[in-house]
Amino acid sequence: MSKKDLGLLILILVVGAVVTAINPRFLLPINLANTSNLIGLFGILSIGQAFVIITGGIELSVGSLVALLGTLFIDFIAVRELDWPLAFVVIILLGAIIGFVHGWLITRLKLQPFVVTLCGLLIYRGVARFYTADGTAGFAFGQNFPDLEFLTAGRSYGVPNSFIALIIIAIVMWVVLHRSVFGRYLYAIGKNEEAAKYSGIRTGRVIIAAYVICGVLTALSAIYFAMYTRSISPASHGQFYELYAIAAAVLGGFSLRGGEGSLVGVILGTVLLQELQNLVNLLGIPSSLNFAVMGGVILIGVLVDQQWGVFRARRRMVEAARQNVAGAPAE
Amino acid sequence: MIPTDTTHPNTAPFLSLEAVRKTYPGVVALDRFSMEVRPGEVIGLVGENGAGKSTLMKILGGVTRPDSGAVTVDGAAHDGLTVEQSIGSGIAFVHQELNLFENLDVAANVFFGREPLRAGPLKLVDRAKLREMVAPLLKRVGANFSADAPVASLSLAQQQMVEIAKALSIKARLVILDEPTSSLPIAETEKLLDVIKGLKAEGISVIFISHRLHEIERVADRVVVLRDGTLAGTLPKAQINHDEMVRLMIGRMLKEREKAGEATRAPGPVALSAQAIRTSTYPDRPVSLELRRGEILGLAGLVGSGRTELARVLFGIDERLAGNVTLDGKPLDVGSAADAVANGIFLVPEDRKLTGILLDLSIAQNISLPNLPAHARRSLVSTNAELATAEKQKKNLGIKAPSVLTRTGTLSGGNQQKVVLAKWLAMNPKVMILDEPTRGIDIGAKAEIYGLMRALADAGVAVLMISSDMEEVIGVSDRIAVMHEGQISGILDKDDFSQENVLLLAVGKKPKLLQAAGEAQ
Repeated sequence: MSKKDLGLLILILVVGAVVTAINPRFLLPINLANTSNLIGLFGILSIGQAFVIITGGIELSVGSLVALLGTLFIDFIAVRELDWPLAFVVIILLGAIIGFVHGWLITRLKLQPFVVTLCGLLIYRGVARFYTADGTAGFAFGQNFPDLEFLTAGRSYGVPNSFIALIIIAIVMWVVLHRSVFGRYLYAIGKNEEAAKYSGIRTGRVIIAAYVICGVLTALSAIYFAMYTRSISPASHGQFYELYAIAAAVLGGFSLRGGEGSLVGVILGTVLLQELQNLVNLLGIPSSLNFAVMGGVILIGVLVDQQWGVFRARRRMVEAARQNVAGAPAE
Repeated sequence: MIPTDTTHPNTAPFLSLEAVRKTYPGVVALDRFSMEVRPGEVIGLVGENGAGKSTLMKILGGVTRPDSGAVTVDGAAHDGLTVEQSIGSGIAFVHQELNLFENLDVAANVFFGREPLRAGPLKLVDRAKLREMVAPLLKRVGANFSADAPVASLSLAQQQMVEIAKALSIKARLVILDEPTSSLPIAETEKLLDVIKGLKAEGISVIFISHRLHEIERVADRVVVLRDGTLAGTLPKAQINHDEMVRLMIGRMLKEREKAGEATRAPGPVALSAQAIRTSTYPDRPVSLELRRGEILGLAGLVGSGRTELARVLFGIDERLAGNVTLDGKPLDVGSAADAVANGIFLVPEDRKLTGILLDLSIAQNISLPNLPAHARRSLVSTNAELATAEKQKKNLGIKAPSVLTRTGTLSGGNQQKVVLAKWLAMNPKVMILDEPTRGIDIGAKAEIYGLMRALADAGVAVLMISSDMEEVIGVSDRIAVMHEGQISGILDKDDFSQENVLLLAVGKKPKLLQAAGEAQ
């Protein structure tokens, strides 16, 4: 765990302690379970976003994708009566394909990630609304999918299974991002795509893979969100979720320029965001102020982090100057 | 005090530094340093990287204050200058990295922030007046471009002229040129040296910092040599010569001087052959070139003659529009840099910091990057394997760094270039293309890089070296190919090497050859 992550963890604990002191209901098992369920759902989404951000890209369409893929999933199993494992695979594949198309447009046709995924944001939302004829996708009365419901919305030993899913995904993705060859390529491309290409890395393929990972994780979280809400109005479902995901990554120390950030960071970022949501509810702050609280905290977090970076850079310079006297002649 | 020379005995110095000392925490950057600059004098300032040149520049520019000593400008003594005093007394800088707005035109750049304004509440820029003001300045620097030309359309030398015009516009009395020629091709360098002579004729002093000693030899009235933050010596006009400058810079004679040494073996069979390749810069000009194993082929020519573009096509960065490439006689289809790397064709690019290395990664991570799968088990990076490779390369190449975990961004230019070389040397190159491999690198590191290139060639690698440094091309190459406007205008064998021949070919004329058989191919 880096110092940055540690700082974020301490902030989470401090905020938690303050909220508990004001309203002890924060620590009630039911509140913790609800919050950790939301952390699970948003965490999966944010990890996907993080893989794109690390390449210096951005994926704005994830909110709309949560709506579209969620709608399709419920439609598949509730209306078209597909076996849910089949529907699950189809949705995940759709996420992968959409991610691939985004990556392909960005790397091969040299479109800017912001533009491509902004168009995606509009297109998928529109398609989802059209698909349901601007209605709602939901289950008929008495429709039950015990296995699916247990895996998505159920609990094991009181812990929401969505949260457990996040932990498993986080461990796997941690290895991918921080230990694998692919992860190293991601960082290298994020730091300097041109230099990575000159080192013989197939940068296009790596970037496409990042968007595919994002697409898959988004599809997975879309299913989780769908099973959590159980009914979807595509006009509003998943709205602004891309911003939650980006905010979690930024809070977790990711730079939108790419090449910086850790998996632990994005998870902690998600935790802090959900804790703040919870805080707004528990402390009786008008829920209309929700976004304002989140925005304020992110701004302060980024500001502190940036100033800390300036301070460290200055210290490093002084240190390098000191080492210089022992080794090479001074500049 | 330094012994003053007597070229301008009657004029008072415009600038004089006396016993200047500057320390940074733990480092003495400049110590007991004294120098004088008289009106109309061209001072050549040389010294290895880290000798204290930058500190000296910062003091003259008013960016830092010396700890002790005196700076006298135009008769007024100061403990140290402020930026305002520096500018106000007519000291102007032309930096290696130009500070121009490429999207604006020449006139807007020269008077940026000081534009003549029209009367009225909107304070619009008075274009006519601006042009009127710029014209004489451009004439003084011998510009062959118009004040309306966008800076992006100018060559590097022309952009430097704009910088100098900017300096003249603030009525500069001392122009400090910091490595102005390091990225200039031969013909453009000539223009710049002429501009320096023009400044001198107007009574403006010049401090000319350069690693290219033959240029210093040509224009300097006096040479000041810095070493380890102290004055290593000054050379009056009559004593300025290459060997003497090098001796003062490094405190000893260079054994091999700046040579890579002679080839120890006859060149082998053709390794890389390009047949009628067309690049996107010159789609109408086919280029053919043969590169043999065990040779260093110098590729000379003016900037913009298509050398870098050729290298980029061979390395798979740019698209090949037509033509064939063979490697060891077999046809080769290089569609990306990854393909080139897989076939043992490596490029040390022109722009080290942008494309050569990743400044934020460590030495070890940079070295393993092109060959990461070989440093991994089941797709997981093995840090041990990575460190072992890096340690070995660090030792082989003499990379000076506290450890292989050091960020490459903190290394000197020469050591960064060694990291670029190290990552390829760790992978058994077949063809090594080096684009301006010693640009901005000090003399000691230069000699080491030449030695490495020769060692590679001796080991049977085909080496292609693109260089705009005439001494380097002639001193290092076994053969020299010269490009002119997208095509190879001729290939010189060792017997025909001369600055004149390279220049003639570079401008598209016939060289003076010893044997008719060496005629341009």
